[in-house]
Amino acid sequence: MSQMHVTRRTRLSTAVLILLVPILILLIAAPWWAGRADLRLMGEIALYMSLATLWNLLAGYAGLVSVGQQAYVGLGGYLFFALTMLAGIDPYVALPLAALAGAVIAAPVAVLIFRLRGAYFAIGTWVMAEVFRLTFAQVSSLGGGSGTSLSASIVRGMADGRSAREAMAWWLALGVAVLVIGSVVLFLRSRQGVALTAIRDNEVAARSLGIDIWRTKFIVYVVTGGLTTLVGCLIFLQKLRISPDAAFSVNDWTAFVIFIVVIGGIGTIEGPIIGTLVFFALRETMADLGTLYLIALGLVAIVIMLKAPRGLWGFFRDRYNIEIFPLSRRVTGLNKGA
Amino acid sequence: MDWVNAVVQGVLLGGLYALFAAGLSLIFGVMRLVNIAHGDLIVLSAYLALTVTTALGLSPLMALMIVVPGMGLIGYLLQRAILNRTMGEDLLPPLLVTFGLSVIIQNALLMGYTADPQNLQAGDIEIASVEVGSIALGVMPLIVFATAVVVIAALQWMFYHTALGRAFRATSDNQDIAQLMGLNRAHVFGLAMGLSLAVTALAGVFLGIRTSFDPAAGSARLIFGFEAVIIGGLGNLWGTLAGGVILGVAQTLGAKINPGYQILAGHIVFLVILAIRPRGLFPRIDG
Repeated sequence: MSQMHVTRRTRLSTAVLILLVPILILLIAAPWWAGRADLRLMGEIALYMSLATLWNLLAGYAGLVSVGQQAYVGLGGYLFFALTMLAGIDPYVALPLAALAGAVIAAPVAVLIFRLRGAYFAIGTWVMAEVFRLTFAQVSSLGGGSGTSLSASIVRGMADGRSAREAMAWWLALGVAVLVIGSVVLFLRSRQGVALTAIRDNEVAARSLGIDIWRTKFIVYVVTGGLTTLVGCLIFLQKLRISPDAAFSVNDWTAFVIFIVVIGGIGTIEGPIIGTLVFFALRETMADLGTLYLIALGLVAIVIMLKAPRGLWGFFRDRYNIEIFPLSRRVTGLNKGA
Repeated sequence: MDWVNAVVQGVLLGGLYALFAAGLSLIFGVMRLVNIAHGDLIVLSAYLALTVTTALGLSPLMALMIVVPGMGLIGYLLQRAILNRTMGEDLLPPLLVTFGLSVIIQNALLMGYTADPQNLQAGDIEIASVEVGSIALGVMPLIVFATAVVVIAALQWMFYHTALGRAFRATSDNQDIAQLMGLNRAHVFGLAMGLSLAVTALAGVFLGIRTSFDPAAGSARLIFGFEAVIIGGLGNLWGTLAGGVILGVAQTLGAKINPGYQILAGHIVFLVILAIRPRGLFPRIDG
């Protein structure tokens, strides 16, 4: 009996975590082996992976189904442009500053929209995003409704030469993806994360165990808001141009992200990662189809929601009982003990 | 006098918003469903009316005779074929499925009709107006407002005085017991969605006569309808009309201050009401 114990690690998760080190090194070295276009695409993938992971934390774990995360992507872009161009702050200082500001702004927003439940909460987040869009469209120093470009001196100041700048944009995107996925995994393993998982599984039971549901969801919303703002900064640092419609686009920053998470598997860490890779594989092969591609994407999401609501990863996990990131607890040594 | 005029025009605009909202309010009341594709279905109705008017040479108001039952049928089939499979304790499936639907409708309209803005030509009635004191009231906005009042009164009457209304209320109160009492829940839900989309068709045609529309115009309409529902209070149809009027007045007053503030003013009034009366002004049921 003494050999029986509870662990989160499995042989697979340990193997993958060890494998992660050479993979990361390979990715960090990407500017030396990947072409210019590939590097850009990989940066985009990393940023979408971050957005998907954050949305999944909100919707899949905290039950906060938001269709308004474009509010923070756009806010990030605009804050980054404003801090660097209007306030003259160094871009590398502006990034954490914008993330902090995003979290600070998310707090009163949460207090207000947490009054709405379920699906009405979803549309409430959308109204918030519209308020942000219409507000930034009024700021004439940032180009008003038609938007503005990041001035060349700021871009040049970030690194010497074009290839160095592109490498820097990739490292920032990769860094944010690692930061986001890493902190979500660590958060879910923490005391707060266990509370969150309990809420996801059964809100009434969680409340009866003394979990402060409002506070837990509030923390998740604010942290997600801050990190999404940071991702928004990098998205528009890559694009170099911002306008209210692009910054607060519900299609680009929420619809795609929701499809990624639903296809990959909602409520798992692996789901958004796999979903992002599937999404970009589809996009790179089918993007020529234009609107037909979007219709197909919507259909796939509906079919998955109806037939396999746990997505691709949920399907594999149930079938083979595997988990890459060590989150759920398992009892080992049962056979030896018996 | 300008300000009085702005308020009066806002009240009339509120009639249109109440029509956007009535369908949402109805399906939420009966089955707690929030349809993210609602705005796109409004725009779809406008496009259907456009096709009917150009194909048959009918005026848009006559096209209602085809578009309203057509959308009602689409609603019933949509509910029976897809949405009924998502109904349950979990909020996520209906939300995500209607979100997928929204993207599909938008892009299908884009393929079928291109992104060019369209509008429905109703002829002289569009510009006709009546003078009341020094205020000119458009005949079309008056018709829209009167329609909104009639639709809401009819829905209210249907809910409390007909067998269908009793079935809706019974299913709303307790689905399982309603099923035990011999109501077919799937059918009742289908009828509720059919009725919701029939009202949506009215809203879509009036929208098309009032302003130009394009395939992406749906999301703003969903948001206006949603705001009217929440301002008025969940599950209260007359409250929804009041919510639409408050939203309409907020927008016309906002536009009076600065044209850029029109939509923003509506959102801000919504958020203020949410902050001070989170359940709306006249709530009936819990969210």
